[in-house]
Amino acid sequence: MKSSFHGTEAKQKNMSEAINVQSGAAHVEHHDAHSHGHHKETFVSKYIFSMDHKTIAKQFLITGIIWAIVGGLFSVLFRLQLGYPGQSFPILETFFGNWAKGGQIQPEFYYALITMHGTVLVFFVLTAGLSGTFANFLIPLQIGARDMASPFLNMLSYWFFFLASVVMISSLFISTGPASGGWTVYPPLSALGQASSGSKLGMDLWIVSMALFVVSSLLGGLNYISTILNLRTKGMSMTRMPLTIWALFFTAVLGVLSFPVLLSGLILLLFDRNLGTSFYLSDIVVNGEILANEGGSAILFQHLFWFLGHPEVYIILLPAMGMVSEILSVNSRKPIFGYMAMLGSLFAITILAFLVWAHHMFVTGLNPFLGSIFVLLTLLIAVPSAIKVFNWLTTLWRGNIRFTPATLFAIGFVSLFISGGLTGIFLGNSTIDIHLHDTMFVVAHFHIVMGVASMFGMFAGIYHWFPKMFGRYMNSTLGYIHFWVTMIGSYLIFWPMHYQGLAGIPRRYLDKRGWVSFNDFPELDKMITIVSIIVFAVQLMFVFNFFYSIFKGRKVTNPNPWGANTLEWTTPLRPGHGNWDGEIPEVHRWAYDYAKDGRDFIPQTEPIGENESKH
Amino acid sequence: MSTVSLEQKKKMHPHKFTLWVAIGSIVMMFAGLTSAFIVKSNQTGWKSVDLPNEFWVSTAVIVLSSLTLQMALSSFKNREMNKYRSLIGITLLLGVAFVVLQWFGFQNLWAQGITFKGSGAGQFLYVIFGLHAIHVVGGIITLIVMFIKAFFGKTKLYSSVPIEVAALYWHFVDALWIYLLVFFLIIGG
Repeated sequence: MKSSFHGTEAKQKNMSEAINVQSGAAHVEHHDAHSHGHHKETFVSKYIFSMDHKTIAKQFLITGIIWAIVGGLFSVLFRLQLGYPGQSFPILETFFGNWAKGGQIQPEFYYALITMHGTVLVFFVLTAGLSGTFANFLIPLQIGARDMASPFLNMLSYWFFFLASVVMISSLFISTGPASGGWTVYPPLSALGQASSGSKLGMDLWIVSMALFVVSSLLGGLNYISTILNLRTKGMSMTRMPLTIWALFFTAVLGVLSFPVLLSGLILLLFDRNLGTSFYLSDIVVNGEILANEGGSAILFQHLFWFLGHPEVYIILLPAMGMVSEILSVNSRKPIFGYMAMLGSLFAITILAFLVWAHHMFVTGLNPFLGSIFVLLTLLIAVPSAIKVFNWLTTLWRGNIRFTPATLFAIGFVSLFISGGLTGIFLGNSTIDIHLHDTMFVVAHFHIVMGVASMFGMFAGIYHWFPKMFGRYMNSTLGYIHFWVTMIGSYLIFWPMHYQGLAGIPRRYLDKRGWVSFNDFPELDKMITIVSIIVFAVQLMFVFNFFYSIFKGRKVTNPNPWGANTLEWTTPLRPGHGNWDGEIPEVHRWAYDYAKDGRDFIPQTEPIGENESKH
Repeated sequence: MSTVSLEQKKKMHPHKFTLWVAIGSIVMMFAGLTSAFIVKSNQTGWKSVDLPNEFWVSTAVIVLSSLTLQMALSSFKNREMNKYRSLIGITLLLGVAFVVLQWFGFQNLWAQGITFKGSGAGQFLYVIFGLHAIHVVGGIITLIVMFIKAFFGKTKLYSSVPIEVAALYWHFVDALWIYLLVFFLIIGG
């Protein structure tokens, strides 16, 4: 890294800001020319096979956005079927041919849609798109590192994700269609090609794609952990790190320890499918023919799957929690309430995440005694969750809140996390779960607490760090419309599903008209479908805002537009590879000195004053 | 561009640290498989398996290869480059021999009538030992790269970090193999 003309002065804050603006302006003028001169960058090395963590983050984000549109569209399509069963939409036949014969979504297509919606949103959007984006972008910037511990592995991480995406996309275009046994791919449905057309080639492609995805997320996770523990700048002790970094750290730990177990389970499934082993198969009759497979156990797969599957929920949720903590503190101009409690609760959630997987299996014939232990461990998660909610609310309490779109989405996250968390207490009890399992109540619960809440965290993060990512602002008016429609819409979509679930309406059913007691809510289903379409349209507006703002958004001129303390705002307006032009700044305090000693904010780089207590 | 400053050199090298985390990850993968094995071994219709002798020979081979790689590392640190080159070569040969012996072991089992059909210890053995062998192949590829660099590299090698990282990985797959062998002897036998 070339050290620039302002080496020593840069340590003084006021000077450094002035210089940052100066060098930032230089960047804006010819940012895509090779203004740095320290290493040659071609188009390919800068934008495609880039090893710059910031570019890789943007690659993850844009790929994630594309997947979110695809996965979201799937949900609109199956909502059409749920809201208007039996009605013909000729346009569907135009686009999907035999999958929507006569303008009606065919059963195989319906199951493929719900399977792919779950797979895409859980893994490709809310794992790769969320922690792939923000871990890559924020870790080096907020801990004061030039890049990841291994930029090369980091690049590989994205390209494995890209490969996984290509394989998964290709499974949508084969004649037998994509996997359609649910995103949990339980055997025997997923293990036998005879089970459904989606269990043929589509299922193999699903497994291959997920194996590539696991490799991608492991390469990423290794890097995140190693970078956080090894490459922090001088003075950045672990307890001075912003909570975003702590959350991303625990996310990576969860991923590194749980994804390999999913891979094990999938390898055994691949053997069962293609080589005739019987790890999961036993005593199965298909069309009157008794299969030779013997001695396997389908429950074994569920254990292996949910050993990942449950931590996965927190892999999705923790980055959102971290970003929300940071954004709420910055925008209420107050220190985060209970930093150590936040950290401790993140740690507790990480530990508990590994100890609760069997609560997904209460009704599989699990030993009731074992079930009761898992009930206890599951309900224990309420403790750290409540601590976090309390601390977010107390951070907002009597704050000088600036209601930017990012703040609104962060507050929305807290709201959804409370609503969805409370229904978790219902489902975590094995006795109530006998009634509620596999109903719309479950759908409502996990969409609110994990799906929509994490999307809100992601939106908050995008609106908040967009100026650092692209040197421009997103349009706030569109941001406010986006927030309010999504917020109200999410509750309108998912709140009624609780009632449906309590009334016993099962999830995943194609058409409920044939069974009287399931057919109680046709108008409610129509309403949910209409709201889904509106909310989806508003997400497209967000996507427009995102891409439009990259090129035409209002330019950022203040290197620290939100008045934040963290290190990423000490970089030039458009940081090159290496992030800081001169020395990496030294850190003297934690990230949350807001409204201290009558000052609005005190950046982490500012030395402790004479009359100040150390933090 | 190096992401490692002078100050950070005092601590463990980040690449080595990353490998330790990766080892944790690989351990979880095999823990998943061996715990699946334990669950299944308590169910009816379980068939145990006798390990063919090839696996004992391969154990000796991989333990020996760990020794030669460790000797290669110390000769590199003493700048005895000729000794280093030959020891890397020997380790590479032993590594290849290990994989070949595993293959013979599989063939022996297959000849005994233990195929993919069924759900006993034999089927798990193919999966678990097979995945282990793939991890060894990863180590062999690393050794080949080191071998080529040692003989044909244009720049002189001074940093021992890459070799230390490779050796750490190699010792890990060695230890993992011994764990798997003992596991099969105790639970699968």
